[in-house]
Amino acid sequence: MDEIYAAAAAAFGLILDLDPDLGEIVVLSLRVSLTAVALATAIGLPLGAAIALFRFPGRRTMAVVLNALMGLPPVVVGLIVYLMLSRAGPFGVFGLLYTPGAMIVAQCLLIAPIIAALTRQVVEDLWAEYEEQLRSLGAGPGRAMATLLRDGRFSLVTVVLAGFGRASAEVGAVMIVGGNIDHLTRVMTTAIALETSKGNLALALGLGFILMTLALGVNAAAFVIKDVAQRRQG
Amino acid sequence: MIEVRRLTSSITAALAAVAMAMTMAMAAQAQDSAARQRSIVVASTTSTDNSGLFGYILPIFEAETGIKVHVVAVGTGQALEIARNGDADVLLVHHKPSEERFVSGGFGVDRRDLMYNDFVIIGPKADPAGIDGMTDVVEAFKKIAAGRVPFASRGDDSGTHKVERQIWRQAGIDASVASGAWYWETGSGMGATLNTAVGMDAYSLSDRATWLSFRNKAELVILVQGDRRLFNQYGVIRVNPARHPHVKAAAAKAFVDWLTSEAGQKAIADFKVDGRQLFFPNAKGLGP
Repeated sequence: MDEIYAAAAAAFGLILDLDPDLGEIVVLSLRVSLTAVALATAIGLPLGAAIALFRFPGRRTMAVVLNALMGLPPVVVGLIVYLMLSRAGPFGVFGLLYTPGAMIVAQCLLIAPIIAALTRQVVEDLWAEYEEQLRSLGAGPGRAMATLLRDGRFSLVTVVLAGFGRASAEVGAVMIVGGNIDHLTRVMTTAIALETSKGNLALALGLGFILMTLALGVNAAAFVIKDVAQRRQG
Repeated sequence: MIEVRRLTSSITAALAAVAMAMTMAMAAQAQDSAARQRSIVVASTTSTDNSGLFGYILPIFEAETGIKVHVVAVGTGQALEIARNGDADVLLVHHKPSEERFVSGGFGVDRRDLMYNDFVIIGPKADPAGIDGMTDVVEAFKKIAAGRVPFASRGDDSGTHKVERQIWRQAGIDASVASGAWYWETGSGMGATLNTAVGMDAYSLSDRATWLSFRNKAELVILVQGDRRLFNQYGVIRVNPARHPHVKAAAAKAFVDWLTSEAGQKAIADFKVDGRQLFFPNAKGLGP
């Protein structure tokens, strides 16, 4: 229990001191995870909706595969991205390894399936509800897709937040492709892993509290935006 | 057919999004690349980074030369692999046979001795194996095996793990048959393995630097030290520019030259934790 009190004290100490290293790590964590979420949303929303609405061979298989990919182990994604971006790999010439760019690519690959799979479910459920109405209006799957994504936007906020949660919490992928380099690719989760391995358990847990607070902040912001939008809609 | 066309167009949209992802990642990279012009990547061991050595000496080097050093701290096995793939400019590890194989394989050039310290056996104060104060590490390992007392091994092909396996071989013991019984291979870095040893009151082999700077020692103490076989030499190697033309050869050479120069060696000697020197420079071939 003493460790937990010490952790809380460490967290408050870091925040009250406006620790510049902590600031840098927090900013990079948010930059990497939010960019990855934005890209994964741009890929996942249309992909999930398309699988929900279009009828084509292999559609069910694709849905099952997408659901399975939600459980992609971060460390496996990290390894694959490492092998791709390594100088010895196919995309080595870009020199992306050990940069925030590599971490964004890895997190994007990790969460795009989550956003796509959950979007597919949301849109499929909405389609079951509105199919008759949409058909009577003569809307094809393309129109239906736009309408249902718009209609389901409040549920889809939660879908995107699930992706953000996964991105900001994972350590395996960013550790491998980012290298946990001080002042370059160190983010909250890799800093926590590092402090744990140095035996600074209180500081590690304190950083954990700060990470959870950040996640709470992002979720609260999303909730408020959603709430205001819903109310304005009446 | 219309549906198929729509499907094609949404696949195109998804592909465009992927392309956009790559572009944005590249843009992020371009932003960073200015900073990377005068920077090198050093693949190194966890002991040098976790102990705070790099945090102490790199600012001195960076102030002198303007070259930024990015350290990727992993086990020696993984560090060798990263350097072999050309993903680092300099390799700083501690297992001479592997380092020499790395150079003779054409992956690196100009291996130099850099500094040394030593390994120690740590274990619970109560010392159920009764090895406290022994100076023969092989005999100590034999007593640990005979007593079947818990031993936490790195199990990750790191430099420390390689040394530990060498000692088991000299003791004529195949510890791997006891894996999961009293011999635990954590497959993790030194710090994580020490956390395991603390949690389970186990013995372990650690480099002195990581142990001294480790903050969660609990009931564990150094029990065995001073055997010549526990000598721990660190070496530094430049990744071969003939094999990997993209490496920053000039900056890498400047870094290695500095480390082995009087100024670099003094910086290493000046680094202390709790008033104790952790690494002893010996680039000029001076040993213990």
